Amino acid sequence: MNQPAALPGAPGAPTSPAARRRARAVLGLTLAVGVGLPGLLFGLIVALTPLRTVVPAGWSEGQVFLLHAVGLAVLAVVLVTFGAVVSGITVWWEMRVFARMSSRVGYNRVGAGGFLQWVADAVKLLLKEDLVPADADAVLFRAAPYFVIVGFALTFVVLPFGESLVAADLNVGVLYVLSVTALVVVGILIAGWSSNSKWSLFGGMRSAAQVISYEIPAGLAAMVPVLMAGTLSMQDMIRAQGAWPWEWNVFTNPFALVAFVVFFIAQLAEGNRTPFDLPEAESELVAGYLSEYSSFRFAIYFLVEFGNLWVMSAIAVTLFLGGWQVPFVGPEVYAAARGAPGSIPGAGWWGLQVLSMVVFVVKTLAVLNLIVWIRWTLPRIRVDQMMSLCWKYLVPFAFACFVGTLFWQLLVTAAPWAARATGYALTAGFLVTAFFFLRLTLRNVSAAGDRVDLTNW
Amino acid sequence: MERLILRKLQADGEEMILNFGPQHPSTHGVINFMVETDGEVIRKAIPDVGYLHRSLEKIGEQVGYPGYMPFTDRIDYVAAMFPNEGYAIAVERLLKLEVPPRAQWLRAISCELCRIASHLISVGTMAMDIGAFTPMLHGVRERETVNDLMEALCGSRLTYNYHRIGGVAFDLPEGWRDRTLRFLDHFDRFLVEFDRLISFNEVFVKRLAGVAIIPAPLAVDYGLSGPNLRGSGVDFDLRRDMPYAAYPHFRFQIPVGKGFVGTVGDAFDRFYVRCLEMAESSKIVRQALESLPDGEYMAKVPRRIKPEPGEAMSRVESARGEMAYYVVSDGTEKAARVRVRTGSFTAMGIVDAISPGLMVADLVALIASLDVVAPEIDR
Repeated sequence: MNQPAALPGAPGAPTSPAARRRARAVLGLTLAVGVGLPGLLFGLIVALTPLRTVVPAGWSEGQVFLLHAVGLAVLAVVLVTFGAVVSGITVWWEMRVFARMSSRVGYNRVGAGGFLQWVADAVKLLLKEDLVPADADAVLFRAAPYFVIVGFALTFVVLPFGESLVAADLNVGVLYVLSVTALVVVGILIAGWSSNSKWSLFGGMRSAAQVISYEIPAGLAAMVPVLMAGTLSMQDMIRAQGAWPWEWNVFTNPFALVAFVVFFIAQLAEGNRTPFDLPEAESELVAGYLSEYSSFRFAIYFLVEFGNLWVMSAIAVTLFLGGWQVPFVGPEVYAAARGAPGSIPGAGWWGLQVLSMVVFVVKTLAVLNLIVWIRWTLPRIRVDQMMSLCWKYLVPFAFACFVGTLFWQLLVTAAPWAARATGYALTAGFLVTAFFFLRLTLRNVSAAGDRVDLTNW
Repeated sequence: MERLILRKLQADGEEMILNFGPQHPSTHGVINFMVETDGEVIRKAIPDVGYLHRSLEKIGEQVGYPGYMPFTDRIDYVAAMFPNEGYAIAVERLLKLEVPPRAQWLRAISCELCRIASHLISVGTMAMDIGAFTPMLHGVRERETVNDLMEALCGSRLTYNYHRIGGVAFDLPEGWRDRTLRFLDHFDRFLVEFDRLISFNEVFVKRLAGVAIIPAPLAVDYGLSGPNLRGSGVDFDLRRDMPYAAYPHFRFQIPVGKGFVGTVGDAFDRFYVRCLEMAESSKIVRQALESLPDGEYMAKVPRRIKPEPGEAMSRVESARGEMAYYVVSDGTEKAARVRVRTGSFTAMGIVDAISPGLMVADLVALIASLDVVAPEIDR
């Protein structure tokens, strides 16, 4: 394939019948993978997650257990596949956004709009030789990617997708997420140590220092919504928030706004994303802890790095941005549509579930896109700056927010209007800031004048 | 060489010896830095150069005077006009040849455009070494337009081979003047956008302000030249202080490091001096295009170039500092000796003195801010 597959009807589209057929086939394949695959996965998540609550009439206890067990096993496969697919699509999206930001075309060869590039990359990586460097600690070197992928996959257990769409609504949800993500750093540290490369060692050490440091502000900031909701369960924390922006945690409490910023920065650092990509800083450490990895094991690190963007965004949306709450659809609406407990719910309820999932996915993708913008805008900070930012600024701020929220909750209990008034004020403030930011951006764009002619590309 | 360097380093106990190159993403070509580190802190970094040595000076003694011109391109492939110009001026001095004014102007135009192209790479890769990829691609985008102009002018996009002994190879093509002016209009606005995108980005400034400071006396002692010297606050530019070619006819400023965000002579000063120089180059190209004299673009040069026995020296202000040619003739058609002095070579020497106490990430910033090109070091 040495010609980009132009869409039928687009300028530069092929004219010969054979080429047109090929272009249509490419478009069909792209749509199948780009829309069909995520659609199928989302559909399975919608269908399988509420299965736990269904107890068909007349079934024995053993039969019901078997039904739930099989359902959960299939769901586990679906969620891990979802993680992989979402990370692939994120790679494509990130590369397209980055290309536009840097006046390039970006992925455009494999599939329509270059969409199938991530499939091609994955296949290529799987076909490569799985090298273990001489003098590396072979056992640890091979084992390290499994820690990383397990730490990533386990987060999906409590990650919500919709009102009833969660694999398991653990009552320790937030603590669970914070603890299983720590497995990733174990894998990275093992990779850095076992590779027998100085660059890997540097990367592993930086990563360990960074992720462990930033878990403290992240954990403290995550406690702010916990205090506000009075629960650790992810779903209950969303239920404690409303659908409108002025009912979200982030705006109903000024301390939560600060905590959100702290949490977001700490999540960027934990995910090794720019400006905190020191562990794999290309210009300094070649590829950091990844330097010696190839093939399937490299693909796993890659998958986790990009899949983590979804996890990070989904957790931020859950804790601070109102999760899956749909305007005008309160808990009583869901309960009314649900019907009798244990029965198979009606079509209206499924529709509501899909609606709540759409809200959640859109919010998550918005946060994800923000992370992508940040990555391709900011340079990298230095290792000592990374440490001082964490311990001198984020930890004290997070702690102050934590204490502040304690007092805020006392105030809100005495005067409930305070939360509502703050919600309106902060939402208005956010909108004004967004307006000025947009105006400044448009001014900057027009000041930059004409773009360089791209037609000869 | 490696063994000699290893003798100077020690790695007993806390320290670790790191081979920073030659295959490393930020060694700008093929250079090795042997680094003695204590964790992230560098105790000593010694450059190990010579990986791209191609005997370019010796080749100058083997091919005739005009035949050496394409080889000079390879001395600095990022800014190939300057070695062209330096060699041409040296041989012209040897031949006592008068170069027509139009050729002088065309040399200035091509060199200043080349300076823009070279500095774009320099500031872009600097941003990339600090971790921001986008500014580098914006720089490459602008450089692409300069390359298009160069291609129209002389047929090449990288190794121009444009200057000749006694003038330049081609006159301006049709419509080139307007195209260039259009580009410069765009480019002046690009520089403002670039400053907004990266130069004064808080993270970028924090990474570079006060890092790898080269005080002015040290810069002079180590023989730094060009933007590296001016970044340390020394106001010296060959185009103004030892004028050659058409430069006395143009009005331009010489930007010097003032400690724009930190200390005079830090990595940011060297970076920002280059940004300011691009704006000055743009001014020079505009003036040169406006006052371009008519006439021949090539002097009457004998078919066989056989200078009288003697020696000549030329010094031009290259994008990487002073580029000096010393050519000795023994009266034959081939030079007896060609010696090239380049800015990158002296810049490499100072790494040894500046590196102790830097972090690994700062070493990357230091190398990037010195803007070295491997073949210019090794030749």
